[in-house]
Amino acid sequence: MNLLDPQGPVAAANSTILVDSVFIMLVIVVPTIFAILAFAFWFRASNPRARFQPAFVYSGRVEMVVWAIPALTVILLGGVAWIGSHQLDPAAPVPGTGNPVRIQAVSLDWKWLFIYPDQRIATVNTLTVPAGAELNFQLTSSSVMNTFFIPQLGSMIYTMNGMVTKLNLRADNEGKLQGLSAHFSGDGFPDMMFDVNVISPLAFPDWVASTAKTDAVLNEDNYKKLMQQGVEKGRPTYRLEDPRLFDLIATQHIPPGPGPELASEAGPTHSGGHDAR
Amino acid sequence: MLGKLDWSAIPFDQPIPLIAGAVVLIAILAVLIWVVAKGHLPYLWHEWITSVDHKRIGVMYILLASVMLLRGGSDAIMMRIQQAVAYQSQGYLPPEHYNQIFSAHGTIMIFFVAMPFVIGLMNLVVPLQLGVRDVAFPTLNSVGFWLTATGALLVNLSLVIGEFARTGWLAFPPLSELSYSPGVGVDYYAWSLQISGVGTLVAGINLVTTVLKLRTKGMNYLRMPMFCWTTLASNLLIVAAFPILTATLAMLLLDRYLGFHFFTNEAGGNVMMFMNLIWAWGHPEVYILVLPAFGIFSEVVSTFSGKALFGYRSMVLATMAICVVSFMVWLHHFFTMGAGPDVNAIFGIASMIIAIPTGVKIYNWLFTMYGGRIRFETPMLWSVGFMVTFIVGGLTGVLLAVPPADFMLHNSMFLVAHFHNVIIGGVLFGAFAGFEYWFPKAFGFRLDERWGKAGFWFTFFGFFITFVPLYIAGMLGMTRRMQHYDVAAWRPWMIVAAVGMAVLTIGVICQIVQLVVSIRNREALRDRTGDPWDGRSLEWATSSPPPVFNFAFNPDVRGEDAYWDIKASAKQQSVDADRPEYQDIEMPRNSPTGFVCAFFATLMGFALIWHIWWMVILGGLGAWATFVVFAWRDHDEYVIPAEEVAAIDRVNVEERRGLVSMAGTV
Repeated sequence: MNLLDPQGPVAAANSTILVDSVFIMLVIVVPTIFAILAFAFWFRASNPRARFQPAFVYSGRVEMVVWAIPALTVILLGGVAWIGSHQLDPAAPVPGTGNPVRIQAVSLDWKWLFIYPDQRIATVNTLTVPAGAELNFQLTSSSVMNTFFIPQLGSMIYTMNGMVTKLNLRADNEGKLQGLSAHFSGDGFPDMMFDVNVISPLAFPDWVASTAKTDAVLNEDNYKKLMQQGVEKGRPTYRLEDPRLFDLIATQHIPPGPGPELASEAGPTHSGGHDAR
Repeated sequence: MLGKLDWSAIPFDQPIPLIAGAVVLIAILAVLIWVVAKGHLPYLWHEWITSVDHKRIGVMYILLASVMLLRGGSDAIMMRIQQAVAYQSQGYLPPEHYNQIFSAHGTIMIFFVAMPFVIGLMNLVVPLQLGVRDVAFPTLNSVGFWLTATGALLVNLSLVIGEFARTGWLAFPPLSELSYSPGVGVDYYAWSLQISGVGTLVAGINLVTTVLKLRTKGMNYLRMPMFCWTTLASNLLIVAAFPILTATLAMLLLDRYLGFHFFTNEAGGNVMMFMNLIWAWGHPEVYILVLPAFGIFSEVVSTFSGKALFGYRSMVLATMAICVVSFMVWLHHFFTMGAGPDVNAIFGIASMIIAIPTGVKIYNWLFTMYGGRIRFETPMLWSVGFMVTFIVGGLTGVLLAVPPADFMLHNSMFLVAHFHNVIIGGVLFGAFAGFEYWFPKAFGFRLDERWGKAGFWFTFFGFFITFVPLYIAGMLGMTRRMQHYDVAAWRPWMIVAAVGMAVLTIGVICQIVQLVVSIRNREALRDRTGDPWDGRSLEWATSSPPPVFNFAFNPDVRGEDAYWDIKASAKQQSVDADRPEYQDIEMPRNSPTGFVCAFFATLMGFALIWHIWWMVILGGLGAWATFVVFAWRDHDEYVIPAEEVAAIDRVNVEERRGLVSMAGTV
């Protein structure tokens, strides 16, 4: 999950900007730290060779320089920020080979649902994508806020109930990556890590076909069961009954997740706030 | 009768909070019994609890902050241990407990450690530096302190009665709404902050008014010590920003108590509005904390370099620039919400702009040291340590202000390391520097240097050993608030961070030992002159501790570094300034208003949390009645006769004759 080992163009651009910005700042930060230590050491009271200049309390030239150094740095970095924000806007297209893959991600309490509306399948806590293709994410949440983040693919984005956020990514190399939620969402939050399988574009249709053969169906009823609070240790897959499921969630035609009140009907709990997890 | 409160509120199944609560309770009871048995109660009541003396209130603020620092620090130790052991396991803290701990840690450290510490120092020092006898609203000042204490009490009560919020220190909805947090935790959080928020607001109003309206003769704005300027800026921010916090939490409470839909998922509620509002307060808040720290460093660096502050006017400009710009950057806390490139870029650049005046401050401290004669006593060590540490925090902060970099680092351990880097390296180092620097002023004896220096070095290295690993973990994709994790690459860094936490703890222990040793050796460490550091501003012109009236005569200020000038001219003319005839001094009478009001506010807060409506009414009426009684008071001042003033002042003038100062020698 190393940010400096990007596996896609967005992460590569993010981390380049990250590293460049650090180096731009180090150019002034390192000499400044050195100067602080040097001045503090040289002008120690016990050093007879240091010249005491109590009247040196103003110098127009020094003032010019000390305002100019940070200002120039910020102008440079401001340029980086402006250009970077526009080029790396999460909603900006990320051209890839082949057809873009549409993925609709829903954060549930406490698992990730990935809906492939064009392929009519859905998966939980595992995201399978073809290498090299543009990945168009639409994201929402079934209940509380979360953040969708695959560190080695770059740019994270919030998921919020009743709203849709957009994110475009691309994975360049086949392999296994990991994703997580980067916004605290309750007791099961640390279990919201998910697998990302980047497979070859040729193997992707086969994976879709084999997944579509599953008996489990994702419809409104099953979704409502899935959105109950709980941690999912397995990696279930579903056939998607209605490709508009995501829209029903995002437009709140399916009401937001119930929280602990309803979930607790399954097991005993006590009042006063210590809800069973 | 008791609302939602019943026996199930006591967490009998959780030994850690129960034992911790019991220990604290026993400690409090033991202290109370000791106080009563020894007959100290009247002294405490008359001299401290009902005191409206800004110095006493300042000391009580700092005492509150120190006690809460231990509580927040215990939370930090528990979190570091949990993350060190919770690799592929649940660790020793279940999520419902761990989540309370990090929420309480953040809430306590910001609201009940950092805030009271800086407000305490401002209270203690600013009137002295301005050369005046008191703050603008002495009784209100006492109310502000006791309401802050109420908030702290309620937060600690949640340890044993019910639970604290499990939502993080800013309680983001919809997680903090009733449907996802049905327990009392969020209510404890919100009511504690509502009550202490009122306290902070009145403290802010009081200090703004004091700086604007109560300055001694000749103390015009451009002669004020830097700490007064940063106090002004910080309290202007309090007055402007805290009402936003109060309003935001009020909306959240309306959602939770009366079924409103400001921030719910349903019925048109909007969580993004909460994010904007809470950070419109939250970002100025970090400058509310760090600006006074900047002021402390300005005083300390200048005093211990034996030079006036370099580029004073530039520093004033930088302070006020930070004050204004800090209100225009809040969106950088949620670049990842998808606001669009123009908005993100503008707020990113605005955030970087704050780095300019901050950088200028660093350089001006640097050039204050240039050509100085630097004495490395403990306050100066904290200041140099701050300059080095804070630059690193500034670097990572500007990095996070670059939106594409933030898209990878937002909410990560890197962010956690960054804000600890600026809050510990800036605010806490500043608070400690101020504590060491002004302790002799408040109590009349210095702190032990050996233990103080040991405390500094352990804290300084402990900080880096704890937080550099967190920076690295963030670069490895680790996000914050993980109760457990399965990623092997994060593990070693969590273990190193736990070791760092141990080193930090040794630093804290050194400081506690320092306090104990210093109190025991107080006669040897006694400062009789009132000017132990060869100081430059007016707080050093009076005795230590200062008399209740601060100054027998209002000092006459003729330039920057007012007291330095007085010392220099006295030496050149080899005479002390003539003392005109002593006169009677009127001082405000003590008042239990603050304490009584806070007592009722505590009742009301507790009752609101547990839905005990009759007690809410009782508490509300009581607090209101307290104010009515205070408003109808007949005498609010008493007179200190001229002879008494003369007797107190002459002793100090005598002591001061033997003072050795560098002033006037060059």
